[in-house]
Amino acid sequence: MQQMLDTNILSLSIWVPILAGILVLFTGDDRNAHIARPLALIGSLSSFLVTLPLYFRFDKNEGDFQFQEGYNWIPSFNIHYHLGVDGIAVPLILLTSFITVIVVLAGWEVIQKRVAQYMAAFLIMSGLMIGVFSALDAVLFYVFWEAMLIPMFLVIGVWGGPNRVYATIKFFLYTLLGSLLMLVAFIYLFHHTHSFELIDYYTLQIPLSVQIFIFIAFFMAFAVKIPMWPVHTWLPDAHVEAPTGGSVVLAAIMLKLGAYGFLRYAMPIAPDAAHYLSGFMITLSLIAIVYIAFVALVQQDMKKLIAYSSISHMGFVTLGLFIFNELGMEGGIVQMISHGFIAGAMFLCVGVLYDRMHSRQIADYGGVANTMPTFAAFAVLFAMANTGLPGTSGFVGEFLVILGAMQENFWFAFFAATTLIFGAAYTLWMVKRVFYGEVANAHVAALQDLNRREVLILGLLALMVLGFGLYPAPLTEMTHATVTHLLSHLAQPKLPGTI
Amino acid sequence: MPNPIIYDLMAARPELLVLCMAMAILILDLFLGYANRYVSYVLAQVTLIGAAILTVAHHTPGVSFAFNGMFVHDPLADVLKLMILLSSSVVLVYSRAYLERSGMYRGEFFALTLFAVLGMMIMVSGSHFLTLYMGLELLSLCLYTLVALDRDNARATEAAMKYFVLGALASGMLLYGMSMIYGATGSLELAEIRRALLSGSPDHAVLILGLVFVVAGVAFKLGAVPFQMWVPDVYHGSPTAVTLLIGSVPKFAAFAFVIRLLVQGLEPLAIDWQGMLIIMAVLSIVIGNITAIAQTNLKRMLAYSTISHVGFLLFGIFAVSINGYTSSMFYIAAYVLTTLGAFGMILLLSRQGVEIEQLDQLKGLNQRSPWYAFIMLLLMFSMAGVPPTLGFYAKFAVLQAALQAGFVGLVIFAVLMAVIGAFYYLRIIKLMYFDEPADITPIKPTSDVAWVMGINGMLVLLIGLMPEWLMELCAYAIAQSVE
Repeated sequence: MQQMLDTNILSLSIWVPILAGILVLFTGDDRNAHIARPLALIGSLSSFLVTLPLYFRFDKNEGDFQFQEGYNWIPSFNIHYHLGVDGIAVPLILLTSFITVIVVLAGWEVIQKRVAQYMAAFLIMSGLMIGVFSALDAVLFYVFWEAMLIPMFLVIGVWGGPNRVYATIKFFLYTLLGSLLMLVAFIYLFHHTHSFELIDYYTLQIPLSVQIFIFIAFFMAFAVKIPMWPVHTWLPDAHVEAPTGGSVVLAAIMLKLGAYGFLRYAMPIAPDAAHYLSGFMITLSLIAIVYIAFVALVQQDMKKLIAYSSISHMGFVTLGLFIFNELGMEGGIVQMISHGFIAGAMFLCVGVLYDRMHSRQIADYGGVANTMPTFAAFAVLFAMANTGLPGTSGFVGEFLVILGAMQENFWFAFFAATTLIFGAAYTLWMVKRVFYGEVANAHVAALQDLNRREVLILGLLALMVLGFGLYPAPLTEMTHATVTHLLSHLAQPKLPGTI
Repeated sequence: MPNPIIYDLMAARPELLVLCMAMAILILDLFLGYANRYVSYVLAQVTLIGAAILTVAHHTPGVSFAFNGMFVHDPLADVLKLMILLSSSVVLVYSRAYLERSGMYRGEFFALTLFAVLGMMIMVSGSHFLTLYMGLELLSLCLYTLVALDRDNARATEAAMKYFVLGALASGMLLYGMSMIYGATGSLELAEIRRALLSGSPDHAVLILGLVFVVAGVAFKLGAVPFQMWVPDVYHGSPTAVTLLIGSVPKFAAFAFVIRLLVQGLEPLAIDWQGMLIIMAVLSIVIGNITAIAQTNLKRMLAYSTISHVGFLLFGIFAVSINGYTSSMFYIAAYVLTTLGAFGMILLLSRQGVEIEQLDQLKGLNQRSPWYAFIMLLLMFSMAGVPPTLGFYAKFAVLQAALQAGFVGLVIFAVLMAVIGAFYYLRIIKLMYFDEPADITPIKPTSDVAWVMGINGMLVLLIGLMPEWLMELCAYAIAQSVE
């Protein structure tokens, strides 16, 4: 048992939630919803417990892949079932399994229609996303990457809002377009190395012009996912129409997949192109940070506002990655994790209001703090974290990225830092309009404060946000060796004749 | 050395079994009352399974010829025959309830299907222009008749007429092309033709003219643009059970036809036919995918989707490599398995008085039966090429073969078109999952159909998770048979 846990821990992390999801599906229709819900909770909790050893057994001084396991999966094309994680993947895997528990709890009473399918979709999606974070074979990665679209497509389409069909098809096609170009890049690399192993791509020498094409193919896949300006337009639609659980997973994990893809694939495989195009990437990131913040400022719909705020915050992540220094990259990674908690929590807060009022319009609210004091306390905490208040996890990532940018160029740091103003503006203005002032109408006056389940969910997230804000060391210690390792790899040119 | 006639006949044992049984069923059926029709059905199934067992038992890795080089017995033929026989058997299972409902549950249907299967088996084993042509005509004639079998149905009769006239034209072109190649090379036997071409003496102008006609004939049978006109009308007009047959199994034979003619016979002219196939592949993908979006009829939509799949299939052929042919074979196997499921699902959901024709009739299937909705979801994602279903590896295989041959631009174009294609498959999933059902009658298929459909759907997923054995089977068949 101990042996199996040591060698197959990643496989277990992937397959436990997927099998739990299939089991939940077998409970059948809504007459058995009372079985499906606890079963899903047990499944998500055991999935979380299975991933915990990844943290405790991880060797923090080692920058290379750990917990590796590999089988020859499709010998005809030399495709391997090869898993392994480094200091960047482990926190993201833990975030995934943690958020899945939250999502199962959040859907407990809200989802009354096709409960088993809803819970199963999230469990299966969780396993597939963990697969994306741990795959070290390009085709295996691609399979997980695409397969996870299927449950998300259904979640938005079945349990979503009135315009869900448009939103979910847009989401699917946008992502598919980018991923297929990435697949072409993988096949191209395969014909030069006769392998789909990521490790083999890391050492392959590629001319700059080809590297640029490969980088652009990856860019299409990952930039859509993050999403970077100008390919971000699917995200507000998907967020607005998705049920709360869908929005949480989308914001907390799916967006991170894009940034993770840059770190794991685009940058190490085509480092010279990444350096060559870093100006372009930084420009797009700064546009996202500044321009999208302005867009967020004028939103009438709370979910849309948080969606735009997510895009703006993800701009920080890409900025951190493409300034190629340690502070920036570590800041970007911290920002990924922290944004996972904060954006997830913000969407849950909107969900709490939506479940009671069936409206997401800011104008329909006012003075909620009077009727829901506990909820208001949580919401204000998360809003502060979203603006990057010191003491919350939002501060650590943004601060590191701004420091890193300052080392590179004063103006990068200047534009990035404006977000501390604009971010505060749109978030606090929303908080003011929704929570403070007079009680706006009879509906708001009749609001019930949080029940124990909601307090538990938001409390857990608040603990994380404050925990990482006050003591980020467990996270930075874990990523440090990996970031050093990655940066030293990125600093070496891979052009033919240079090694 | 055994008697040469016995030797020849032994080489064609599965074909002989099918031939004898088809004739037996035709005669026996005269003496069967309506109540005993199931005897014909059972006999047809026994024949198909028996021939499949014979094919496997009879299998040898090498290549051997019979009937003076007209008939070849090689792993490619055996593997394709096995696939043809098994998928025909599945076709019969799915069709039975429909045939009973529509008054076509007669011996003729089974006999004609068996003769069509025989035609396909001969095509697969043809190593001579005449055997190939005879097999093709036997198949085509049976299919024309099957389309018109529901004789009071005006749309089916129209479809049969269209199919027959255009099919006869294509056969004529094919024969004309063959005769020119015969004129230039002096032989009808594929191996001889190849030898003559390699020696370099034949008149190139006549050869190319002949090649154009042959390619046109082949393209018609495959349903590639610009010879695709018949596909939507025939798919739409035929009784659904016949659409199921036409849309699935003959693709194996058409693939074998392409391999035998273009690869084994005319590969020295690859540089000439490659360009033609590229144009057809590109046009097929564009026209198939874009026209499919506009369809509201499920059968027509699947017809246009077939055209685009043929385009993808050709990507493996025009790569002109063993890798490419293997990939195309894998593609065709994946395609047939998925198509069987899709048309089978149409038959399964139909019942007395309610034939599924329109896309809208699939609305809310998830609420009526989550299991069948899930299978249909897998089938649609497989057609769209989304992992972890089988269809992904099929697209992956042909695209990597084309990329290996250096067609980077075409591959990028193909994946962009695949995104457009994904849209209309997603629309079916949208109807099944996101919409409310208009009709809430429970779905109650007979247990044999339910089992076969369950296995069919799960295979699309399971082979998607473990595709290696099918890839190896295709690689083995091609590597042993094509030099």
